Amino acid sequence: MLQLEIDGKQIEVPEGSTVMDAARQIGTFIPHFCYHKKLSIAASCRMCLVQVEKAPKPMPACATPVTNGMKVMTRSEVAVKAQKDVMEFLLINHPLDCPICDQGGECQLQDLSVGYGGMASRYQEEKRVVVNKNLGPLVSTDMTRCIHCTRCVRFTAEIGGFQEMGQAFRNEHAEIMPFIESTVDTELSGNIIDLCPVGALTSKPFRFSARAWEMSRRKSVSPHDGLGSNLVVQTKLDRVKRVLPLENEDVNECWLSDKDRFSYEGLTAEDRITRPMIKEGGQWREVDWHTALEFAAKAVKGAAAEHGAASLGALASPHSTLEELYLLQKLVRGLGCDNVDFRLRQSDFSADGKRMGVPWLGMKIAQIPKLDRVLVVGSFLRKDHPLLALRLRQAARKGTQVSVIHPTRDALFMPLAARAVVAPDQMVGTLAQVAQALAGIKGVALDASVPAVTVGDEAKKMAESLASGANGAVFLGNLAQQHACASTLHFLAEEISRVGGLTLGFLGEAANSVGGYLAGALPAVDGLNAARMLAEPRKAYVVLGAEPELDCADGAQALAAMEAAQAVIVLSPFKGRATEYASVILPVAPFTETSGTFVNTEGRVQSFNAVVRPLDETRPGWKVLRVLGNLLGHSGFDYDSSEAVRHDLLGESAEVSSKLSNGLSRIAVTLKPAAAGLQRVADVPIHFADSLVRRAESLQKTKDARPPMAAMNAATLAGLGLSAGDKVKVKQGAGVAVLSAALDDTIAAGCVRVSAAHPTTCGLGAGEITVERV
Amino acid sequence: MTIQSIILAGLDGDRSWRLADYVQRGGYEALKKILAQKMTPDEVIAELKKSSLRGRGGAGFPTGLKWSFMPKNYVGDKYVVCNTDEGEPGTFKDRDIMRYNPHMVIEGMIIAGYAMGAGTGYNYIHGEIFDLYLRFEEALEEARAAGFLGSDILGSGFSFNLHAHHGYGAYICGEETALLESIEGKKGQPRYKPPFPASFGLYGKPTTINNTETFAAVPWIINNGGEKYLEAGKPNNGGTKIFSVSGHVNRPGVYEVAMGTPFATLLEMCGGMRGGRKLKACIPGGSSAPVLPADIMMDCTLDYDSISKAGSMLGSGAVIIMDETVCMVKALERLSYFYHEESCGQCTPCREGTGWMYRVVHRIEHGLGRPEDLDLLTSVADNICGRTICALGDAAAFPVKSFVKHFRSEFEYHIENKKCLVPPDVQRSGSDFFVAGKN
Ligand SMILES: Cc1cc2nc3c(=O)[nH]c(=O)nc-3n(C[C@H](O)[C@H](O)[C@H](O)COP(=O)(O)O)c2cc1C
Ligand code: SF4
Ligand code: SF4
Ligand code: FES
Repeated sequence: MLQLEIDGKQIEVPEGSTVMDAARQIGTFIPHFCYHKKLSIAASCRMCLVQVEKAPKPMPACATPVTNGMKVMTRSEVAVKAQKDVMEFLLINHPLDCPICDQGGECQLQDLSVGYGGMASRYQEEKRVVVNKNLGPLVSTDMTRCIHCTRCVRFTAEIGGFQEMGQAFRNEHAEIMPFIESTVDTELSGNIIDLCPVGALTSKPFRFSARAWEMSRRKSVSPHDGLGSNLVVQTKLDRVKRVLPLENEDVNECWLSDKDRFSYEGLTAEDRITRPMIKEGGQWREVDWHTALEFAAKAVKGAAAEHGAASLGALASPHSTLEELYLLQKLVRGLGCDNVDFRLRQSDFSADGKRMGVPWLGMKIAQIPKLDRVLVVGSFLRKDHPLLALRLRQAARKGTQVSVIHPTRDALFMPLAARAVVAPDQMVGTLAQVAQALAGIKGVALDASVPAVTVGDEAKKMAESLASGANGAVFLGNLAQQHACASTLHFLAEEISRVGGLTLGFLGEAANSVGGYLAGALPAVDGLNAARMLAEPRKAYVVLGAEPELDCADGAQALAAMEAAQAVIVLSPFKGRATEYASVILPVAPFTETSGTFVNTEGRVQSFNAVVRPLDETRPGWKVLRVLGNLLGHSGFDYDSSEAVRHDLLGESAEVSSKLSNGLSRIAVTLKPAAAGLQRVADVPIHFADSLVRRAESLQKTKDARPPMAAMNAATLAGLGLSAGDKVKVKQGAGVAVLSAALDDTIAAGCVRVSAAHPTTCGLGAGEITVERV
Repeated sequence: MTIQSIILAGLDGDRSWRLADYVQRGGYEALKKILAQKMTPDEVIAELKKSSLRGRGGAGFPTGLKWSFMPKNYVGDKYVVCNTDEGEPGTFKDRDIMRYNPHMVIEGMIIAGYAMGAGTGYNYIHGEIFDLYLRFEEALEEARAAGFLGSDILGSGFSFNLHAHHGYGAYICGEETALLESIEGKKGQPRYKPPFPASFGLYGKPTTINNTETFAAVPWIINNGGEKYLEAGKPNNGGTKIFSVSGHVNRPGVYEVAMGTPFATLLEMCGGMRGGRKLKACIPGGSSAPVLPADIMMDCTLDYDSISKAGSMLGSGAVIIMDETVCMVKALERLSYFYHEESCGQCTPCREGTGWMYRVVHRIEHGLGRPEDLDLLTSVADNICGRTICALGDAAAFPVKSFVKHFRSEFEYHIENKKCLVPPDVQRSGSDFFVAGKN
């Protein structure tokens, strides 16, 4: 520890601290622009100059290491003069037209200039003008305002992992720009808007639509991936204006994924439905809530009476709130039916009944950086879990050895210890190889159900890496969880964890992937799971928050089942294609208009309130389900708040950790020979993953939202006699899609990557896939 | 007998740069001596410390001390880097060392590698002397072929690899950490120090950077002993120094003289002032050094201490001579433009301030000056000084401050009368003088 004095206050700081660190520790504010606690030190803005005893000149606090006995004066005449002089330099070329700048009112330059700027400018020469840059659909630029702090540059390089921006040219003509016409729209790019201390980088979707001081700041939780980013939702006149991160070091740190940040645009999508509608005599009409609910109750009761309770099915989006999921399962169970599920994209359910608890991350999110060895199995990591990937990247850059088994060689922007790019059906074998190699190194026997395999080089490398650490983990990603042999992968991963002394974790796909289990929104006794409810069509469905054709593993089958049912009750903020198959559509609130709870992938129970009033006649889902429960004559539906619902489920303490476990009893592992035909690699593109984000206009203009193609590596393409750009007919199950063939050498041989969850591909079924020229 | 010439001694124009000539002049004897006598690295460094050799790149930092900063028991690569980026206006000595005596630099660097336990060296050569970069590559080939460079040098077990690297002409790449960034393939921008290169240098490894002339002085010191070198100069200012003399003298060029030689002597060596005109001002250490009026300059001896006492710097030893035909406003305008243009743009005071100063001086020169401009200039220069990441900020401020300080009345005249104190035809007569072959 080092002793120092700042403005007369004595403090002790750890070795290696800077003066800025020390000042922050005691709450002393030193003005700064380029300094950011999550970024490397640039020491270039010079705003943080302070006086240090015995130093001949003022020193930048952000870059000056503390030495023992140091005396720092942050407010002395020398310090303040230096700070003011730097402020003058920053302002000479700044436009000073804050009234027309989108950052006005929340600008660090504006704020600090109040304390450090002069009343008039001594600069009488012509000012610099910088041409704006096109950074794509999310970030708007006003580069004349840039103060060259390079926070944006350092963010892309250090946090995003790929330097998308740089400072070109020199002297006052230096310009921050993206590299050669490429736009900045990765899954994290919106963070540069927060980082930019001035109005140079602002939000394109939000631009000029409200002033910072006109908006209310409300806390919320992101409804998208399993991380549950904490949000500040800014509202004006009961409208959501924009979304910013609410700093929570344990969850999202100070970051947001672009999906978290910009999905709010979907709230006002054209097909938002705000009044209940029923279909009678083939005609849709708007009705009042009472009529609609009566209609829905009657339809459900009717089907149950006519065909038995087992003829019902309930499908819920895992992005629904905990309360909605709980009430939904309670509602169908009240009818004597066990057919309820929220795991819509899953295809292998053989682990049901063998699980020892609710699958979860296996650790706290904040523990990820402390891992020294990681094996990630089947994950489009960056796109499926942008902020978990960010944490892992930081760890990998500091030495954590990360290995990956996955059918595509996605750019993860982190160093990897080993990587196996194998077709989906070979993932089981690869994992078995790792298990065997690791067991060999550790001298521990594998479970007898794991067959002997020949260990390849890459698997050996992975095993050696995992064996050499002290604190390792195996993570199963979305692709592993949606895999046709998901349970086998789970079991093998568990074996690897057991023999290697590692922690097993699931990277939760959606906001309530853990919550759905806790809520019991899955078959408990003899009910049908999501896949079977569609494969064995039901007479009536209740669909909560999902668009079955886009959100289910087999979209074609889901759509067919919906169309064939005699009644489909849809609870959703959006019409989507529901008008084609539903009998009643109940407009329930998106996350911004209801209270509720998401339990994130680490088991953190995060409740939130509505940030705006429900739009028009929209009602919170839990209220709708409560009334529906009452109408169906169920008891125990008399909740007066969503908290009451949560209490009923989780108790006062909302303590869930005892329910979490990734344990699985033995599953027989069978190794299949490599499939003869093509295999589909179906990613769920980041901006199509749920009904809200797929309606977010600006996100839909990003590179990640490009329409799916039939992408294959060169050999696979050639083997089919195709070349990139060819129009191809893709057939899978009963479905057909016409797409462009694309060359993508990151894809495992024998595979075709065809993204799911998109209107152009949702007609495809499951199983074998063929691709031929049209 | 006083020694006047060490690095340029015995050179015969363009014919003597090759290895054979260098060996004939006693080249690579220092290296052989170290290896044969099995001198320890500490002994080599001790010799340098005794010599009082100070860095010739501008800052005059004691070289022996610098070398001793390199971590001794470091496991991993260490680097020695030679700074031949010579971009400071007025400086052109490294270019001649490279043209006429490249092997002396190579030998100096090998010895540096030996003394600091570095296995690899780079010589970063200014992009605008590309022919000399090519020549240096050739010299390296010769040294490798002769067994002076590479693995197991002269059977000693000591290995040192040396590579040439050329820049593209940005002045800022002469700043040592910008130079390292540039070698790494990044944009040449100075790093904030600490950490210093001795702990975090090239590719994050311990690195020592010295000027070309500094390295070139090393073999002589090893051959003749540090004390001899010190004696050649004066206390705290050991040895000889090469001066690049430009401007209004009869024979501008490169002159090596002993440290402590009177300025007047150097002026004589250059054939005196052209056309017998009067010395008006002199920038003694390259364009970043404060300008000194003639009377002060004439009292100086050429060494770090004397010039520093007079209020300027010996810097890189670039002596810019200005006679009475020079308009000081115009001269400053040109210098300010240079620093404005060459600022890397990284840190605020320099990026913004250099443009501000240039514009104001430009305005004054073009008859648009205002009375308050001179105080403004001094204030802006003061606000840059000592507040930047690298010394370019200071380098930009010093000329402004010193020109305004020493020639204030000339600036005032300019502002008041919207024209030069030195009439245009007089200025022209001075410039005419520069046209080759007239005299
Ligand atoms: C803007 C700037 C330009 C510089 N250019 C050079 C140069 O061209 N050559 C040089 O040797 N040193 C130059 N230096 C000084 C170097 O940073 C460094 O101090 C020097 O190379 C160290 O070598 P020495 O100790 O042998 O003098 C420059 C410094 C600054 C701030
Ligand atoms: S654009 Fe903003 S964040 Fe980037 S360097 Fe300029 S001021 Fe800093
Ligand atoms: S002082 Fe000038 S040249 Fe040096 S780092 Fe700062 S901006 Fe760049
Ligand atoms: S905050 Fe320290 S220099 Fe910018």
